[in-house]
Amino acid sequence: MFEGLVAQRLAALFVAALLLLNFPLLALWDHDLRVWGLPLFPLALFGIWAALIVAVAWVVERPGSAREPDTTD
Amino acid sequence: MIPVALVVAVSFAYLLLLFAVAYWADARSRQGRSVIGNAWVYALSMGVYCTAWTYFGSVGRAAGSGVWFLPIYLGPMLAMILAWMVVRKMIRISRTYRITSIADFIASRYGKSQWLAGLVTLITVVGIIPYIALQLKGVASAFAVLTQPLGGVASPAVPWWQDTTLYVALALAGFTIIFGARHLDSTERHEGMVAAIAVESLVKLVAFLAVGVFVTWGLFHGMQDIFAQADAEPRIRRLLLFGQGQPFPYAQWMGMTLLAMFSVILLPRQFQVMVVENVQEQHLRRAVWVFPTYLLLINVFVLPIAIGGLLYFGDRPFNPETFVLSLPLAEGQTALALLAFVGGLSAATGMVIVEAIAVSTMVCNDLVMPLLLRMRRFSASRSGNLTGLLLTIRRLAILGILLLGYLYFHLAGEAYALVSIGLISFAAVAQFAPAMLGGMYWKGGTRRGAMGGLLLGFALWAYTLMLPSLAKSGWLADDFLQNGLWGLAWLKPEALLGLHGLDNLTHSLFWSLLVNLAAYVGLSLWRPPSAAEASQALLFVDVFHRQAGARPVFWRGKAQVSELRGLMTRFLGAARAEQLLRDYARQTGVADVAQIVPDARLVQFVETQLAGAIGSASARVMVASAVDEEALDLDGVMRILDEASQLRAYSHALEEKSQSLERATAELREANEKLKSLDRLKDDFMSSVTHELRTPLTSIRALSELMHDDPDMDGAQRQQFLDIIVAEAERLSRLVNQVLDMAKIESGQADWHASNVDLRQVLEQSAGSMAETFRERGIRLVLSLPDAVPMVWADADRLTQVVLNLLSNAAKYAPRDTGIVNVHLWADARRVSFEVKDNGPGIPPDQQAMVFEKFRQVAGDQHYRPGGTGLGLPISRQIVEHFGGRLWLTSTPGQGACFGVELPLDARGRGEETH
Repeated sequence: MFEGLVAQRLAALFVAALLLLNFPLLALWDHDLRVWGLPLFPLALFGIWAALIVAVAWVVERPGSAREPDTTD
Repeated sequence: MIPVALVVAVSFAYLLLLFAVAYWADARSRQGRSVIGNAWVYALSMGVYCTAWTYFGSVGRAAGSGVWFLPIYLGPMLAMILAWMVVRKMIRISRTYRITSIADFIASRYGKSQWLAGLVTLITVVGIIPYIALQLKGVASAFAVLTQPLGGVASPAVPWWQDTTLYVALALAGFTIIFGARHLDSTERHEGMVAAIAVESLVKLVAFLAVGVFVTWGLFHGMQDIFAQADAEPRIRRLLLFGQGQPFPYAQWMGMTLLAMFSVILLPRQFQVMVVENVQEQHLRRAVWVFPTYLLLINVFVLPIAIGGLLYFGDRPFNPETFVLSLPLAEGQTALALLAFVGGLSAATGMVIVEAIAVSTMVCNDLVMPLLLRMRRFSASRSGNLTGLLLTIRRLAILGILLLGYLYFHLAGEAYALVSIGLISFAAVAQFAPAMLGGMYWKGGTRRGAMGGLLLGFALWAYTLMLPSLAKSGWLADDFLQNGLWGLAWLKPEALLGLHGLDNLTHSLFWSLLVNLAAYVGLSLWRPPSAAEASQALLFVDVFHRQAGARPVFWRGKAQVSELRGLMTRFLGAARAEQLLRDYARQTGVADVAQIVPDARLVQFVETQLAGAIGSASARVMVASAVDEEALDLDGVMRILDEASQLRAYSHALEEKSQSLERATAELREANEKLKSLDRLKDDFMSSVTHELRTPLTSIRALSELMHDDPDMDGAQRQQFLDIIVAEAERLSRLVNQVLDMAKIESGQADWHASNVDLRQVLEQSAGSMAETFRERGIRLVLSLPDAVPMVWADADRLTQVVLNLLSNAAKYAPRDTGIVNVHLWADARRVSFEVKDNGPGIPPDQQAMVFEKFRQVAGDQHYRPGGTGLGLPISRQIVEHFGGRLWLTSTPGQGACFGVELPLDARGRGEETH
């Protein structure tokens, strides 16, 4: 399932996302704070989300990732 | 309040626009200029995930519990990270075996089981009905908000024929039929629909963002303002806290995230747009990040709209689920409210269209067809075109699904929030996860396991989630909810076995998926798989490892082309059947359809084509009834697989062998060329040598004969002749020596006496011995040598030979009386070099390489010297190269020639090696 660099990077990202969006890392945002006037917890969730999108885009759209073996499954 | 007629007119105008888009896309596709063959359109079509739930429900959810609308969109983010592996495999499998629905996928994987296909379809229909109801409720309540006085209470009960929701359901059914079941598409793909869905995705995003911008900057002064005002109200401020004043329910958070993660690939409509309608696997590369981006954008304003709405309306009883409409309306922004309504309509219609098309395909192929085909009237032995029947079944199925949705809306819809209804559907389709994902990666999964897992999972889902939803709406006695079935407390649906501490969704999800997975694995391991299961498992799990030609065909028996053709005609239509058979004939390399060999591959081809139209399980039954096939047991499957892999191994070995043969041939040809050129060189060499020997011999003989014939020759004359004879004889012996020398060096038999040599000394000695010659000819010899250079490892005598050769060449070519020959010596870290430069006529560039060839002298050489042998430079070069050095020539005609020599300082090893 994880032949090829792209597949391995995506698998690592998946694990990272699972950790970032669950206990206990989620509890890091348990503060009643306003950052730039916005509540911390929603802001953190959107921030993590956006960072994951950027990371995934970087992995799959990099020039050269299209040359990965076709048999990756 | 907006007039009903206007709202209806705008809605129909919008739906007509969508239809125009679909029509245009279909027309383009027929012309071969598909508009959906584009990664962006593909990613946008995935936006069908965002339904009325997202559009209306998320705001309601946010107004009730803060960020809890988000896990439903974070789950898809997780799923999309792995989509490049998982979804691409689903696409590849579906494309290869013409799978058109999730029921077909699961049934096909577990041995093309009709029962399994039927069960999956049933679960889907039951599970998806609440979701359809959600869309109807969304549109109906949005319609009510627009057309009733602002803040008006829900309209009093009306007779069913006046109920807007019913007409919404019927209109959507009609529209879906026009979109997806107008004609039987033999490829089972709906380009027009995908194009329309992509447009809808854009419309709902733009509309929602427009409302968000209006609320944030129109009603308030930016997001900071909204949150600052929220801080002043404890009731609203609580929503923005991490756990809203209570411990954070992590299990529920994770449960919802995982639920959404499974749903985004297992929902029938997502499977339809992501897998069935996929044009190219590579489009997934773009979609895996564009789709989550879409979700993020559509969620950015959810919290501001929800909080803004709560602040704006204060204590007035407005339903937060319609804030996107009531906020613009309250400000008198009719146009914006209409736009928002159209966005909501987009979200709902998009979902209904794709979902109903996908589910109707499943109902038709996997529920109705198997039953019909059991009836004698439709059995395989009968002829007659069934394509019309197929279409009718699908249309009726679409209508039925929407009416069932309407029914559920009436039964339970009023009591529940949009999001809660949707989550019930999510939990139902999540039951497919073990059978589906397990089947793609685990060859051991069997039909029995899948069946058991699905049945138990579905039963638990119904008991712990579906029935309570009906009970809570008052349509079912809620006694079993309070006290457990038959009064047994441990059977309480929302605290099964006394499990407390979870909300009802997480509780249901935990139990149903746990039992589902356990039954799937346990029953799979209980009995070995049958032949059909094992063969399908191989084809699915290893789909990436087999190329089209190398896939084994698990079929044995006898077939007739006419029977198979009849089958295809019945289900695909005569024209299409003929076309497919012609294509097959061309692929297999026979001239026309009549010559097709009815072998296993043809049977498989026909079955796959039929599977696209009636599902793989029905196709299997149909083909089995039309041909005479042998039952395959597990051993048979293994044997076929062995044969296939042996064939593959043989062809691989053959390929390797032919490649190595080709390589050997090329090497031989090269060697032959080399030999030929060496042979030619040898011939040239022989003729040159004999020519060079003949010249002095001729003159010796001529002069000797003259002296012999004329005894009276005078002394002076005789003396002059004898001098010439001696000189020519010397030249002859020099020539013979050099030829021998050359031969020795070339054959590697020369004697080398390597030692540390000081090149400075060699140059000085050679210059000394040539000084007389230079002086005779009036040529100046200028030496510029450094005080000391490092020693090189070489043969001093041989190097002297090289230097003498270069100096004598220079002496020959430099002009008499005005000639200058410069000798320059230098050293750097790795080598010692010297140059001998004259101011003679120089050598034209095209002849520079030739001077190093044997017996070549520069053409048109006016200085042809009796002393030259044409071997000096070739021998010099051989000597220098023997010690790892280099001899080169640079020359510009008219400005003299310069021969350079360099010898490496570390030549010791190489010099010794060749001893």
